[in-house]
Amino acid sequence: MNEERKIRLLVGKVGLDGHDRGVKIVARAFRDAGFEVIYTGLHQTPQVVVNSAIQEDVDAISLSILSGAHNHLFPRVIELLKEQGADDIVVFGGGIVPDEDIPGLKAAGVLEIFTPGASTDDIIEWVRTNIRPRNLD
Amino acid sequence: MSDRDDANRKSKQPRRSASRADWEETTLRPALDGKGERDAEFSTVSSLPIERLYTREDLPPDWNESEELGFPGEFPYTRGIHPTMYRGRQWTMRMFAGFGSAENTNQRFKYLLKQGQTGLSTAFDLPTLMGRDSDDEMAYGEVGREGVAIDTLADMEILFDGIPLDQVSTSMTINAPAAVLLAMYLAVAEKQGVSFEKLNGTLQNDILKEYIAQKEWIYPPRPSVRIITDLMAFCARHVPRWNTISISGYHIREAGSTAVQELAFTLADGIGYVQAGIDAGLDIDVFAPRLSFFFNSHNDFFEEVAKMRAARRIWARVMKDRFGAKKERSWLLRFHTQTAGCSLTAQQPYNNIVRVTIQALAGVLGGTQSLHTDSFDEALALPSDEAVTVALRTQQIIAEESGVANTIDPLAGSYFVEALTNRIEQDALNYIDKIDEMGGIVRAIETGFPQKEIADASYRYQRQVDAKAKTVVGVNRYVQTDEQRPELLRIGDEVERGQLDRLNRVKQDRDNERVKQCLDQVVRAAKNDENLLPPMLDAVRAYASVGEICKALIPVFGTYRETSVL
Repeated sequence: MNEERKIRLLVGKVGLDGHDRGVKIVARAFRDAGFEVIYTGLHQTPQVVVNSAIQEDVDAISLSILSGAHNHLFPRVIELLKEQGADDIVVFGGGIVPDEDIPGLKAAGVLEIFTPGASTDDIIEWVRTNIRPRNLD
Repeated sequence: MSDRDDANRKSKQPRRSASRADWEETTLRPALDGKGERDAEFSTVSSLPIERLYTREDLPPDWNESEELGFPGEFPYTRGIHPTMYRGRQWTMRMFAGFGSAENTNQRFKYLLKQGQTGLSTAFDLPTLMGRDSDDEMAYGEVGREGVAIDTLADMEILFDGIPLDQVSTSMTINAPAAVLLAMYLAVAEKQGVSFEKLNGTLQNDILKEYIAQKEWIYPPRPSVRIITDLMAFCARHVPRWNTISISGYHIREAGSTAVQELAFTLADGIGYVQAGIDAGLDIDVFAPRLSFFFNSHNDFFEEVAKMRAARRIWARVMKDRFGAKKERSWLLRFHTQTAGCSLTAQQPYNNIVRVTIQALAGVLGGTQSLHTDSFDEALALPSDEAVTVALRTQQIIAEESGVANTIDPLAGSYFVEALTNRIEQDALNYIDKIDEMGGIVRAIETGFPQKEIADASYRYQRQVDAKAKTVVGVNRYVQTDEQRPELLRIGDEVERGQLDRLNRVKQDRDNERVKQCLDQVVRAAKNDENLLPPMLDAVRAYASVGEICKALIPVFGTYRETSVL
């Protein structure tokens, strides 16, 4: 088992936000880039997202939030990961997030936030550089 | 200039090619052999191929102007639904508003009415749109953020406090719980002593496009359509001036569809509602005049104009020939337009003012009845006052300075516009045929067909942008790094706390036994196939909440879970 396995990503929508154009594009681009992708579908609670991330042994959770509830939902997901001792799962994401909210989200533990206009190539490159398969032993 | 040059110029005869083929051979070819063109192929933002030049040859040989265009206010209404169009009355400038608490939005409404507006347009927050109360687990962080929060009649009373409902028309952008919100509006009217016949307004109430694009649903498609036919029947009898459905392509386009897909899936939804009304035993000429449409206007100017002209022509023929509607008002496709939020960029946001201007102009030349212009900061946050004002001024400049509203359908007869109108019409009709073959739009939605078509188009476009095959100024070309960001509107957390307090108070003060009886009656009507509106009206009068009424019906109707197509 020396060969490094593929990066596994949980791509998700939390809360009531139904804007799924971006998340679907990103999920498809990740798949085309050779990552393993699990898409949660719409309207998930932070708890459900965290549970599936743990169950699916993913390396990172990628969340899309366009409703303005990012300051509530990102920190909640990170809190739940910590509670379950799974905070080695990286959290990153994107959406309509004002610049001035980004430092706060990063301080809460979000590794990166992509905002409108980000290209899928840039996001994929970032994942390749920053996400490593977790050691699951 | 020498004398000889001058003589040469005078002696040269102008070339007049006898045909397009002749022109291509003699005049065009040398140009192509020389510098050539910018690209091998040209296409719209939706990837519809665009030719170098359009002439009479791009219209069918038997193209009949009176059949295909008609005159304004005459079948098939390609040139517009009114005989005078904007010479008679400008389009309605209807700006969508709603944020925070019912008090916040009520103040905004009163301000707008004071400025001379008579039409209100209400945006609800996400929990309300999903039929959930502010204290629902899923509402966390969303209360009052994207629109106004409404839980019970108490909120609705505040929202319309001091606004005489017989003197305004109210548009409510609400879908899955639309019947409950209409019941609340009726209950407020009762308290004001205004009879239902005097009420004017519009519900979006277009659940089919929720499954296709906007994704705010409660129940599966079939019971949801039944609620809509109940509402159409109730309004036909009791609220005759109410526009019952605004059949919306806007969200389909925002989800990444092409212009053709937007048109096709919207008209297919319309056909679905008309068929459902007929199947429920309603008279088409009673309910069809109360249907209206809502389209997106994107950057590709001519594609948008052609789409709107094609929409009117298809709908008139569908209503007259396919459904046999007899009243002229049933044949008319009346529509609202909103500029394309998805076309706006967070980068160099002031560029969005220019995009919105082009899109708004397309809506006007497409013959829209009303228009919302997006604010330049919408890719960043809810619009600020300054941004909303610029957006409204954009419409006023088009209406009163540009001169485009002085004559009717000025683009008619352009070879390009007519050829593009024909092409978009034909492509949309092909989709509609395919959906008919599948067994109609509800069946098509259940199989994920429109969803998959849109996801494919959206991914294709994003790849084109990433590869710079489609330009987005400020994003993939002409990028600037030293940008100034505009001031943004922020919604504080106090709205959520205030809303939870009020909901708790209402639940303590109301007669909870009465609420339970009312909810039981709603469930009974659902099971017995009786019209849901009367028991819903009783329930909201007793201060049952949106969430309680919507949840009570879940055991009867079930919930919807999308099979996600990537």
